[in-house]
Amino acid sequence: MLRFVPALTIILMIGPVCAGLIGTILPAFGYLPALGGNRFSVGPWQDLLAQPGLGISMRLSLVNGLAATLISLGVVVLFCAAWQGTRIFSVMQRLLSPILSVPHAAAAFGLAFLIAPSGWIVRAIAPLGGWDRPPDIVTLQDPLGMALIVGLVVKEIPFLLLMTLAALPQADADRTRKIALTLGYGRVVGWLKTVLPRLYPQIRLPVLAVLAYSTSVVDVAMILGPTTPAPLAVRILGWLSDPDLSHRFLASAGAVLQLLLVLFAIGIWFIGERLMAHWGCRWAQNGARGRGDDPIRTLAAGAAIVSALAVFLGLAGLLVWSVAGYWAFPEFLPRSFSLRLWMREYHTLGAALMTTLLIAGLSVLVAICLVLGCLENETRRSYRPGAGALVLIYVPLLMPQISFMFGLQVFFTGLGLERSLMSVVVAHLIFVLPYVFLSLADPFRALDPRYGQTALCLGASPMRVFWSVRLPLLTRAVLTAFAVGIAVSVGQYLPTLLIGAGRFATVTTEAVALASGGDRRMIGIYGILQMILPFAGFAVSLLIPVFLFRHRRGMGTQNRI
Amino acid sequence: MRLFFAGLSIITGLATATVSVPVKADPAPDIGNWQSVLEQARGQTVYWHAWGGEPRINDYIAWAGAQVEERYGVTVKQVKLSDTSDAVAKVLSEKTAGVNDGGAVDMIWINGENFAAMKRNDLLFGPWVEETPNFDYVDVKGKPTVINDFTVPTQGLEAPWGMAQVSFYYDSARLDDVPKSAQGLLEWLVKHPGRFTYPQPPNYMGSTFLKQILTELVADPKVLQQPADEADAKKVLAPLWGYLDDLQPLLWRDGQAYPQNGASLRTMMADNEIDIAFSFSSGEVSSAIEAMELPDTVRSYVFDKGTLGNTNFVAIPYNASAKAGAVVLADFLMSPEAQLRKQDPQYWGADTVLAMDKLPADMQKAFANLDIGIASLAPADRGTVLGEPHPSWMELVETEWQKRYGVVQ
Repeated sequence: MLRFVPALTIILMIGPVCAGLIGTILPAFGYLPALGGNRFSVGPWQDLLAQPGLGISMRLSLVNGLAATLISLGVVVLFCAAWQGTRIFSVMQRLLSPILSVPHAAAAFGLAFLIAPSGWIVRAIAPLGGWDRPPDIVTLQDPLGMALIVGLVVKEIPFLLLMTLAALPQADADRTRKIALTLGYGRVVGWLKTVLPRLYPQIRLPVLAVLAYSTSVVDVAMILGPTTPAPLAVRILGWLSDPDLSHRFLASAGAVLQLLLVLFAIGIWFIGERLMAHWGCRWAQNGARGRGDDPIRTLAAGAAIVSALAVFLGLAGLLVWSVAGYWAFPEFLPRSFSLRLWMREYHTLGAALMTTLLIAGLSVLVAICLVLGCLENETRRSYRPGAGALVLIYVPLLMPQISFMFGLQVFFTGLGLERSLMSVVVAHLIFVLPYVFLSLADPFRALDPRYGQTALCLGASPMRVFWSVRLPLLTRAVLTAFAVGIAVSVGQYLPTLLIGAGRFATVTTEAVALASGGDRRMIGIYGILQMILPFAGFAVSLLIPVFLFRHRRGMGTQNRI
Repeated sequence: MRLFFAGLSIITGLATATVSVPVKADPAPDIGNWQSVLEQARGQTVYWHAWGGEPRINDYIAWAGAQVEERYGVTVKQVKLSDTSDAVAKVLSEKTAGVNDGGAVDMIWINGENFAAMKRNDLLFGPWVEETPNFDYVDVKGKPTVINDFTVPTQGLEAPWGMAQVSFYYDSARLDDVPKSAQGLLEWLVKHPGRFTYPQPPNYMGSTFLKQILTELVADPKVLQQPADEADAKKVLAPLWGYLDDLQPLLWRDGQAYPQNGASLRTMMADNEIDIAFSFSSGEVSSAIEAMELPDTVRSYVFDKGTLGNTNFVAIPYNASAKAGAVVLADFLMSPEAQLRKQDPQYWGADTVLAMDKLPADMQKAFANLDIGIASLAPADRGTVLGEPHPSWMELVETEWQKRYGVVQ
């Protein structure tokens, strides 16, 4: 049975993923019969290259993606190095789940309201300066995309931190750290020299996912990013939704370019990894103990706390907006409050939440079973069947979703599978599976094989080894993958709308439609509503281990104060 | 690889056989025989893809759906979109997959470029509009845009259900005197730099602003009613670029950043980032006051030489699954009763497409008695309604704008 799981995974994924790819690549070369494109040509590419400011758009995407990834990884690594095993570390851990469950767009809206020239921070100091008009300064949509980088960093830090937490047990971080301390290393330097080299390979896939996401992000970029010109992915969205349908050719070429750009960014990252490994090796060998690391520790804690604070204050802003009456600049709080909008959403809320939960639950369940099956099969056979083909499942992460959707729609429609719950679940699976895989794969592979071998020697069947040894040891990683999967599924807008043909109204389809009306109150309400399910998922994933392992000291070590 | 594909077809084949939605062909209703249309419609479910960004409008659509269900047994489900182009893309993907029957979209709220594109690519069902009973009330003479969508003849492919006209708005508590022409706006901005902006084209509202200016500045507005390739486009557009070269540096953030859409302009008014904004309906401004998005001192006005006006429509895709149901719904939307409620700012506040003199006396009275809202313009205050230019002008202007002002770094 087990040996077929990788094949099954590929079978389930290959159709939709190839369809999505083909549906982008063919129009990029002029082929789309429904629009009269019957012959291949390089016309779309010529159109694309003739777009004004294309180079700047590409630069923005590339630089922002790399910078956001580098900064968030840097903060997470430094913070772990400086504070792992302390009280502040466990406090941050508890702050994680609320931040992770905030949808990207809602976090970006919140941040925008915080740092805009007419935003909360300025409103707080406006009375001092006697301002009745917001200062004419650029804080959002700045030409270099700094605001966009900040917006990405504050959301990616918690994600990477969570991934790191799930991986720490496999890196045996606690004991390693203690030995380094005993040898006289400073906290930060000791951690970087001993734990990081074992940890990084385990969080590498999530880091690459962050890189791909940041390079091709659309929703956050539309809120915080520059517009003259915008990053490439935002412009692709513009071309795809242009009423002039012939723009789809140009948009498809743009999507292929975006794919290449993401691959290029990953290539640069790989080179950077090599350089870091080379340099880091020599640094580790030089034996410097680096004991005076207090400033670095303060800096790391400061960066982590400021980023968490930014999200929380932004969220508080949304919460206030959701009950606000008229609220003008420079008032710090609204003139009046009203629950009117909450009341009107209350009635439809239950049904939307149930639909969301149903789709998310099914797709995540399937994803986890498939991923565990693949990984277990790989462990038992100690080789990776179809490892090359499994790369396919990451393709959806590398492309702008909207360009991917066209081929996907054609695929499901052609099969006559559209509009059914099953097709929506499969469509979600395409985007959930890669995240579940990358959350689970590295910790699973890093699990010490001697546990399994010992159990086998004691006469346990392979099945029993899986259920009684490996799975319990991986509880934390599995639950983390589960929570990440739920968050990803809940966040899906286009797949739900387009593959479900509007038959499935989820919290997110309602939210995105209502957010297009631009009223901050509605954005606030749905931003918060969208948090409910992911929040529950993350909370459960943190609470279950606490309950399960209340009598297992060793299992709790990594997360103990 | 071959194995995978074989497996794929087996799996999907099994799945198709067991769970796929039975796609039933929906024969074109015989519109001339209204009774048969009603019979065919009964029991159908109409999936109406409509922009869902405004709770009030969603409520109106839900009301219309409940009415049609009660009267004709047609169930209406609104598919709330953030962008109409999603529905267009849906129909396009179905055509690509060869699904020419039993499509997912039964009706689309549409106008302008999206309509032109769907019509050009044969993605619409019809003609059906002009034979529906309530079309008789529509003001074809007085409101020529009800059958000419951005100069493109509708030819019975889409039914009018609301009028829109550009109006500007300002906070009367902050501003006494407002500029009422393109030139006046420029002069006003010299004195108040940074206090005005428009959404970045090709956003619909942003392009509308450019068209508004173009229509006012062009020597002979008639040329805009023809496709752009039939005229000396460079010469026609020259005054617009001359004007914008002066305007751009005076805009909010010196024209280096732009709001996303018309809704962002409302937020910027409340944030006191700008002093003058514009929308496609003065009723929308009244609604925004009611929704506490804007202060109750905001007022609307139009330019002296008139502002652009157009019509909103509903259309039925060529492969819709419930064509008769959609026709019945569209007919109801054009009924005096539905139009009256639509014009009431308490529910929506959008102008009717109907001709008052064609209506029964009691309906005329009901329309006359409507309280239109404090920031709405009464028909008498709206000045001249200018026609939308041909869609080809909009494309030209958007492309050229992007070249000239879209890259400032």
